[in-house]
Amino acid sequence: MPEAPSAVGEEETQPVRARGLVKRYGEVTAVDRVDLNVRAGDVYGFLGPNGAGKTTTLRMALGLITPSEGSVELFGRDPLRCGARALQGVAGFVEAPRFYPYLSARKNLQLLAALDGDGARARIDEVLEIVELTTRAGHRVGGYSHGMKQRLGIAAALLRRPRLLILDEPATGLDPAGMRDMRQLIRRLADEGITVLLSSHQLPEVQELCDRVAIVDSGRVVYEGALADLRRQGGAGYRLRTTDDALALRIAAEQPGVGHASRGEHGLDFQAEERAVGALTLSLARSGVGILALTPELATLEDLFFRLTEHGAGDGPVAQPGARDAVGVG
Amino acid sequence: MSAAATSAAAIAARGDAAPSRRRPGTLTIWRWELRKLISQKRTYLGLSIGMAFPVLFVLAQHLRQHHGHEGGNVFFAQITQSGLATPVLTLLFEGAFFLPLAVVLVAGDIVATEDGNGTLKTILTRSVDRGQVFAAKALAAFTYAAVAIFLSAIVATIAGVASWGFHHVRTFSGSVVPPGEALLLVFAANACYLVPIAAVVSIGVLLSTATRNSAAAVVGALAITLVLALIPIIPGLEGAKPYLLTTEYNAWQGLLRTPTDWGPILHSLWVCALYAAPCLLAAYLVFLRRDVAGG
Repeated sequence: MPEAPSAVGEEETQPVRARGLVKRYGEVTAVDRVDLNVRAGDVYGFLGPNGAGKTTTLRMALGLITPSEGSVELFGRDPLRCGARALQGVAGFVEAPRFYPYLSARKNLQLLAALDGDGARARIDEVLEIVELTTRAGHRVGGYSHGMKQRLGIAAALLRRPRLLILDEPATGLDPAGMRDMRQLIRRLADEGITVLLSSHQLPEVQELCDRVAIVDSGRVVYEGALADLRRQGGAGYRLRTTDDALALRIAAEQPGVGHASRGEHGLDFQAEERAVGALTLSLARSGVGILALTPELATLEDLFFRLTEHGAGDGPVAQPGARDAVGVG
Repeated sequence: MSAAATSAAAIAARGDAAPSRRRPGTLTIWRWELRKLISQKRTYLGLSIGMAFPVLFVLAQHLRQHHGHEGGNVFFAQITQSGLATPVLTLLFEGAFFLPLAVVLVAGDIVATEDGNGTLKTILTRSVDRGQVFAAKALAAFTYAAVAIFLSAIVATIAGVASWGFHHVRTFSGSVVPPGEALLLVFAANACYLVPIAAVVSIGVLLSTATRNSAAAVVGALAITLVLALIPIIPGLEGAKPYLLTTEYNAWQGLLRTPTDWGPILHSLWVCALYAAPCLLAAYLVFLRRDVAGG
């Protein structure tokens, strides 16, 4: 996928476009020069450890907090300059969805529909049915479980008929069936053309749903791009069995473009681009080492996530697709 | 939820590609602010204070009559002559503390509680601007104050008339006013009293917005009004009295003089504006620029 919009018009209608977002709280920099490019139709994963700045970034995107520097636009509109107009076609929630505990779910939705206008009130029954809260709609939200509030949060978002859905940990607190249903719902919404910006700790969920991701660590984006690119570049691991693994390890360690080589129970593990792998096989052959098996092993998102966020990658340059050093590939 | 996921996609997919232009007005938000107030128990606490005082006052006068005590001044002596004296006297007594307390319970809470519950982010991510939300909240706080004051006056009038009848009333100047005109004067006096109360509400809204803490805002607003009430009794500060908000609590008494003394009423208008306008402006600016990081 191309990394930059191909035309000015496309850029203007980009669902989310953040440039150099910074948020400081006194001496603490919670978000540090974050750039985001969520494009129409993306299911965009927004990943990072606790305290990495994800929620702060999402709050800036929704105009809830003011960036110290930089700007963010939703469909070409800055929420700070355009106010509620910038949120047209945008829905979702940051952190847990919050409602008035002394009102019923239906009353809460009626209130939000009144604040949305545009016939949202007529959709209340429909969205309640979608999240399977119809029978509990008359009960006060104060008595709802966490999972029910999450579902009500989705219902409140759907009232707005969004083109961009911003969801912050939507599956948190749901039971396994609820998480599965939430994933199915997000998938189907995305299939219908709704752009989804999904902040999540559930790495399998992101791996299953998202096509593009941004990974933040200590307030900085350490990777932004296609998930497939990330897995290809960061997780292009190989397993090698030879007639002489000890010698093969020495050769691999000296081979340019080959990194993280180690010898294990089942042979050698290393990471490299395809071209370097080809060169390694030739080097092994020249040294008289026979290759018994050479199998590629793609890293999981979890492997990559921990590599990016626990190996000091956040202190280095932003790892854009192709920037292999940032994911520790030699 | 899975069975309905297809319809979820359908409902979302029906969204217009072009943004809608129909957005709700401030009055719509105000109506919902009132509905929220109606649904909260704390709302009725303030109203109860306003309604309980006149009832207690009337009961006290019955006890007083029963024990054969007489009133101290000319108007007080009239209390048993006409029930229409009751709302005037209750306004005189509860206007200094109980009614301000009743209105700041809501004014100090109206923004801060949303911050505490995290619902501010919920409403600020819909199709309404921050300025609209603030205006609706301030308007709801004023509406509540007006309801509390007039409800108190209505209860006082009903209790007074039920006890001592619908008769003529003697004003502070000693002239006699027929009951119909007296009723109008009661209404007008309470309307005049709304002016300083609007300034108290404005202080409450400012503290609610700035502190993000209901208790701090309510106590803070009350503390400010108490300090203002104490200033004139501090030697050397007596000259400040005409410019203190608490002095204006009694401006309505000009209506119960013959001829009507408009001086204190007009004075009250601009003095209260000097308190209310900066508070509302500051609260508005804080609300517009604040980070909504709670919840």
